[in-house]
Amino acid sequence: MAYTKRIDGRKFNETRKMEAKVNIIKNADGSALFRFGDTIAIAAVYGPKPLHPQHLRNPEKGLLRCNYDMISFSVSERKRPGPTRRSQEISKVSEWALTPIVELEKYPNTVIDVHIIVLQANASTRCAGINAAALALANAGIPMKQLVSSVSVGKIDKKVVVDLIKEEEDYREGEGSTDIPLAFLSKSGEISLLQLDGKIRPKELDEAIKIGREASKEVYEIQKRALKAVGEEK
Amino acid sequence: MIAEKKIIKQKVDEEREGKKKKREIAIPGEKIVSGKEYLPGDGTVREKDDIVARRFGLADISGRLVKVIPLSGIYMPRVGNIVIGRVEDVTFNGWILDLKSPYSSFLSVSECPRYIKGDLTEYYDIGDVLACKVVSVKHKSIDLTIKDRGLGKLDKGLIIHINSNKVPRVIGREGSMIKMIKDETGCEITVGQNGVVWISGSKVEDELKAKEAVLFVANKSYIEGLTDKVKKFFEGKRGGKK
Amino acid sequence: MKISDLMKKRIQEFLDEEKRFDNRKLLEFRKIEIETGVSKNAEGSARVKIGDTEVIAGVKIDVTEPYTDHEDEGTLMVVAELLPLSSPHFEPGPPRIEAIELARIVDRGLRESGFIDFKKLCVKKGEKVFGVCVDIYSINNDGNLIDASCLAAVSALKTARMPKYDTKLERIKYGELTSKGLPLTKNLPLTITFHKIGEKILIDPSSEEEETSEGRISFALSRNPGKKEDIVINAIQKGNPKTFEEKEIFEIAELAVEKFKELEKRIKTKEK
Repeated sequence: MAYTKRIDGRKFNETRKMEAKVNIIKNADGSALFRFGDTIAIAAVYGPKPLHPQHLRNPEKGLLRCNYDMISFSVSERKRPGPTRRSQEISKVSEWALTPIVELEKYPNTVIDVHIIVLQANASTRCAGINAAALALANAGIPMKQLVSSVSVGKIDKKVVVDLIKEEEDYREGEGSTDIPLAFLSKSGEISLLQLDGKIRPKELDEAIKIGREASKEVYEIQKRALKAVGEEK
Repeated sequence: MIAEKKIIKQKVDEEREGKKKKREIAIPGEKIVSGKEYLPGDGTVREKDDIVARRFGLADISGRLVKVIPLSGIYMPRVGNIVIGRVEDVTFNGWILDLKSPYSSFLSVSECPRYIKGDLTEYYDIGDVLACKVVSVKHKSIDLTIKDRGLGKLDKGLIIHINSNKVPRVIGREGSMIKMIKDETGCEITVGQNGVVWISGSKVEDELKAKEAVLFVANKSYIEGLTDKVKKFFEGKRGGKK
Repeated sequence: MKISDLMKKRIQEFLDEEKRFDNRKLLEFRKIEIETGVSKNAEGSARVKIGDTEVIAGVKIDVTEPYTDHEDEGTLMVVAELLPLSSPHFEPGPPRIEAIELARIVDRGLRESGFIDFKKLCVKKGEKVFGVCVDIYSINNDGNLIDASCLAAVSALKTARMPKYDTKLERIKYGELTSKGLPLTKNLPLTITFHKIGEKILIDPSSEEEETSEGRISFALSRNPGKKEDIVINAIQKGNPKTFEEKEIFEIAELAVEKFKELEKRIKTKEK
């Protein structure tokens, strides 16, 4: 049976309800929350600060270090605490997604730590994490060329959809489910995150990225609104 | 430095005039204003005709100069800044201080006003707090001095932390804000440009009052008519005491 | 920046005059906020704020094998993580002793009070029992994580729902909860942590006070199952190398009972 109607009734190009909030952790130099429906991620930025040990220091530019993790009760089957191969990989791709936006050459020999924690998971956790992290970096006052907005697209059987939920990720009928987390830089439009699991043809991939780009613009609007709200508080 | 002082002065002037213009939030990568006549200042770059924000903050257009006034961010040392730091480590020829900045800073024995010999920890030890002046920022290493009036070890009073971007407001126009707080509380206050503030009074209550006032200014530094609000703050305090 | 010696001295001098930087009394808690049901995928969850300190706790229920010496009882596991996100002083990596100790104190309070009726968590004697797992995470640390964590753990347990259990497959149907709560008793445990700075004893320290403190002692207390008016100590943990006089311990124990009652009242009004 073809995937003609989404499980949760959304349009194919419709994201879940998004929410973003900046300045949520007092101790951090910058922090933010980002939510896609039931997926909630928070991020905190500490730094730039002196980098130890010394041999990791780069006299040409600073280091952006990402640390992604999910809390044990973010998923329905308890996740054992501590890093996994999955979380380490996501930390790294998140780091790559975020690094191009930051002017690291302004802070040689230093490190900026970005901690991403998934509080509640229903797919697209890395996208929510990257969106929160981009806001936290801005909130930390770090010089940035632009923001980055992340969203997942997928192909369910033959249909390209945006912002998958867990049940869609697990779809088995027809051509099954293909999950493509993406991140777009807000100004240049370049892609800084692209992963894919599933089955897809080049033409469909092109369609998926186009739909993802449109959805990422909505993410960006939510991010901007959250940053503007900080100014109004003051 | 001079340009910065001018802008701070201007900010205060504008405040005095009441609501002049509302500053928009600057989003990194977004255009602040368009036109060849504008000049890109701190936190901005020119991209063709546009002046584009390169950090999050408040967009400020003063005449032709466009800049982003930061709302947050780590302290970046500049030569001439008075800062307050904590001794983190002691080396054979000086002290390493934590200034809450991305780089550690060094106070050499040669930058002390008196002759120092033997065990350096007898002069300043780990955990001590010193008011210093930044003498050089080279290759991202910071050198400090305490050879000046009012500098050196702080051995009484208390320390509070504010965001370094709020320091100009706490000091106020030509030091007017901090003078008012000093006069009202009878406390000695040194506001480090790195956001570390030292308060020392003869009574606990005075220090706490000064602390509250400094935090009040730091947290409300983007509202209009701040000077009057601080006056009211102290009047309220006095009223409460009766 | 770490706390300076100057600040430590001033905090102590203030305390000598029975004063604190935030105008609190020595034995006064900061504002406490409790929010439950903060996580959809947990069987129970809570967010607790004490001043600027914030922790979240979640309960997950699993089916597991019982311990051989308690064949007809469910099991309990308490794990705490001090997230690097919550403080510039917490480093990533395997849990350090601070996190382990914190979880152990909460664990002992929960276990020794008899708050959870473990016998009612038996599925098949000697083979299958429900295992209760409480995970605690720091979100922002401004001191007193121990008391905040215990409060969050208890609040999460109180609102937890039992998961659906497939008797044929003998396993949990994840994501499906029943309307039944955990089998809990009235012996709700709470911790009260005391700090000694100079000669003064205080509770609920801010980060600055905690860094100044040399002596720490935590009490987990609850009401005695039989007699409700009887408050008992279920666990004590003296932390840090600083020693206490016998007289001090006795005084603190009495204060702990008083503060327990107060905290209990504050939680009850929060629930209304």
